[in-house]
Amino acid sequence: MRSRGNSGKGGRSCCLGLVAIALVINAALSPPSPLVAAEKDELKVCADPNNLPFSNADGAGFENKLAELVAAELGKHVIYSWWAQRRGFVRSTLNAELCDVVMGVPVGYELVEPTRPYYRSTYVFVSQAGRNFDVTSIKDPRLNDLKIGVHLIGSNGMNTPPSLALGQQNIVQNVVGYMIYGDYREPDPPARLMEAVEKGDIDIAAAWGPLAGYAAKISAVPLTVFPITETEDFAPLRFQFDIAMGVRKGDHALKARLDDLIARKQPEIRALLESYGVPLVQASSRAAETGIR
Amino acid sequence: MYRLANARTALSQRNKPGAGLIRGAIAAAFLRNHIRRRILLLSGAIALIATSAFAQTHAAPAADPADLDALSRDQNQWVMAPRDYANTRFSGLDQINTRDAAQLRVGWTFSLGADRGQEAAPLIVNNTMYVVGPYAGPHPNQVFALDATTGDLKWSYAPKPDTAAQGVACCDVVTRGLAYDQGKVFLNTLDNYSVAIDADSGRELWHTKLGDVNEGQTITMAPLVVKGKVLIGNSGGELGVRGWVTALDENTGQIVWRAYSTGPDSDVLIGSDFKPFYNWLKGKDLGVTSWPPDGWKTGGGTMWGWISYDPALNLIYYGSANPGPWNSNQRPGDNLWTTTVFARDADTGAARWALPLNPHDLFDHDEINENVLLDLEINGQLRKVLIHPARNGYMYVVDRATGEILSADAYDHITATKGIDLKTGRPISNGEKAPALGKTVEDVCPAAPGAKDWQPTAWSPRNKLLYVPHQHLCMNLKASDVGYIAGTPFVGAAVDMYSGPGGYRGEFMAWDPVKRTKLWAIHENFPVWTGTLVTAGDVAFYGTLDRWFKAVDARNGTLLWQFRAGSGFVGQPVTYKGTDGAQYVAILSGVGGWPGVVAAAKIDPRVRNGALGFVGATQDLPAYSSGGSELLVFKLAGGQSGSDAPQPNPSHANGAQLEAGNALAR
Repeated sequence: MRSRGNSGKGGRSCCLGLVAIALVINAALSPPSPLVAAEKDELKVCADPNNLPFSNADGAGFENKLAELVAAELGKHVIYSWWAQRRGFVRSTLNAELCDVVMGVPVGYELVEPTRPYYRSTYVFVSQAGRNFDVTSIKDPRLNDLKIGVHLIGSNGMNTPPSLALGQQNIVQNVVGYMIYGDYREPDPPARLMEAVEKGDIDIAAAWGPLAGYAAKISAVPLTVFPITETEDFAPLRFQFDIAMGVRKGDHALKARLDDLIARKQPEIRALLESYGVPLVQASSRAAETGIR
Repeated sequence: MYRLANARTALSQRNKPGAGLIRGAIAAAFLRNHIRRRILLLSGAIALIATSAFAQTHAAPAADPADLDALSRDQNQWVMAPRDYANTRFSGLDQINTRDAAQLRVGWTFSLGADRGQEAAPLIVNNTMYVVGPYAGPHPNQVFALDATTGDLKWSYAPKPDTAAQGVACCDVVTRGLAYDQGKVFLNTLDNYSVAIDADSGRELWHTKLGDVNEGQTITMAPLVVKGKVLIGNSGGELGVRGWVTALDENTGQIVWRAYSTGPDSDVLIGSDFKPFYNWLKGKDLGVTSWPPDGWKTGGGTMWGWISYDPALNLIYYGSANPGPWNSNQRPGDNLWTTTVFARDADTGAARWALPLNPHDLFDHDEINENVLLDLEINGQLRKVLIHPARNGYMYVVDRATGEILSADAYDHITATKGIDLKTGRPISNGEKAPALGKTVEDVCPAAPGAKDWQPTAWSPRNKLLYVPHQHLCMNLKASDVGYIAGTPFVGAAVDMYSGPGGYRGEFMAWDPVKRTKLWAIHENFPVWTGTLVTAGDVAFYGTLDRWFKAVDARNGTLLWQFRAGSGFVGQPVTYKGTDGAQYVAILSGVGGWPGVVAAAKIDPRVRNGALGFVGATQDLPAYSSGGSELLVFKLAGGQSGSDAPQPNPSHANGAQLEAGNALAR
């Protein structure tokens, strides 16, 4: 892996813009077609430099490893453009032609053209194993009393499914919000929610599976992770999502190559995800295959 | 001697736009001398300040240059973004008038070199124009000082901001302008620095960091200086930022007071002299108790709009933004003091009254819009009022001493609420339009940006009319859209905006706040996202997203002149007199902001709910304009009679339609 960005943590925020400018100039001097980039043996990936378990500037996330796997299969090496994965991410990166692929997007995300999904995960409840909570249903009456942590996204109608479903049941007085954006100066801002479980600041958290599964994998305090069930009444809220790679709309050539690769490399990809503790579910079933302990 | 020395400095700096962040002993010594001079001037000239009917003055007295209120009465200058403390944006200049406006021509132009939304108002002080660009280009938030008559560049100042701000700023990387006082120019950078710059040399005098972009906080508003304090509010409510207004000592940059919009009374600066008009606003720590536990800590209520100031009452006025980041079903209660008009003591920040306009806001209806301070004769009585053209679509006329709503009338099509209950001051809710999970709610008017957003109105004391640039949009809400932030997927409400009844998306209209009616209206294809200006020549100016800058007759809306620029307009027109005796009109061209980001930043226009739903309403904008950053300065063609005046019917060439009468608002 080669990184064109400044991967030093302190330098990241100061230099992202310069990197972006350099890349834009580069794009202006040479034809911007992704096929030309492909000819240069580069797989140009846009990624968040500070968001484990997905990606970081040190290449420690599963999306980093996946990018390397994909690049190796295509006979290329990975070139990163780093950008915080929040509102404006696709606009500022993929659609600004700083890169040709982002390694993780939910299917149905209209800003990009998704490949075939390479995993499906679920929102989960995560708590300390020692507390012996076995809450799996979003309707469990114990949720009226437990101190519950959720991730918040921001504007009206834009929050994580568990937080909205709890609100719909008038469970609000005992719910603590953690901004998904967090403080970007800290490592992996969304991880604060899982750390609150480890520290005992909250009894239980409702979080997206990969975040919770990874926390359970690395936590000093044993954690239990249970997929959230009985969510049907809260449709159109969904608690499970298919995750794909995303290419620019219209980049059918790259999508076709990635689709083929995802189909061929499913065992390796699955092993990679499992090594990060990502809870995987079958598209057809509402229950998870695995509860991680 | 002083001027000469600085002219030399200016010359030597002319080609050094990287001169920013110079500080240390030289600047400090300079500052000390400067203040001393100003104090001497002040003591001699303070007697010259004449009292006159508030906000109605348009003579040009010999102002004390040390007093900003007095300086703002000099009609030849434009010394603060809202022109005066009352936020009238009225100029007493009349060289450009209804008879000759058709002869307006470009005097000079200047490129800011940063092609994102240009929302800033240029300032003109002592024949120097100060203008600031957005957080874009090679030098984000760069400040330029130009000879206001010739366009010669005197100096520029380029802060070295944190590029992370681009990734966390809501909506677009705009700034709404600078402030000036006592020989200093005050800049807010998007990444939360307040910077004082010497107005003559462009040297930095001090800077203060007020927040961190990494926590989602930004600053986009134009500061206002009141009695030696720089007043600043923050942005970022959607990111869990808790809103505040902060006062800095203009000489040192030190924080004098900070008033939060949520939380305990001690944080909101609510004390014993807080006297809200309505009973439901009386009680202890309502900024805590009107939320679920701890909800107020990340409750939003930022302040990215306008501040006005009444020197006689010694009160400042501003409105706070929407509650966040919780969905409405997760924050039962009134969520005070978000979407609230505050009156605060100008010295201490202590709240005197507060008026929440949208308690438990459901529609993202920030109320950061301007409050125009007027003395109006209502029912035979002269009342000190403020007019707040609200996001929620009502034109509030409020007693600015007490916070009592005198009237609140719809000025655009409204379905979201059924009116304002004058007994309580609260909107009458329309249950069927309330967003609910899994339910598609259609035809919510006004849409999330409201009937009017930040784009400020202007008041003509000649015609007793308020000139209102605004949008005319409705929206459908449905929970169906897949979103993705920091690796976390979710189903979000799809906000789909579209033109309101009649098929037009914007309007420029004249409102009579005493008769409570719309006198005339010009329908525009796109939302009218510029500020406006009205003059003693009875000319009102505004711009459009599809690149027209227009002068209309303030009495009846007849189009007098229009100019097609390189990029669309989201800026603020200003006017002043040059050293050549000519009246100039200036505005920045460069489409962007919330509705224009689709054209400037290449959001995929096929995705109707991009840019938080605004793309749907403006998805054809790229066919009319791309980004730009051109300062345009107009004046009358010398001595020529107009040959290319537009036809009497103004609704030609660009789809604008004029309608007279009052029916529109109903």
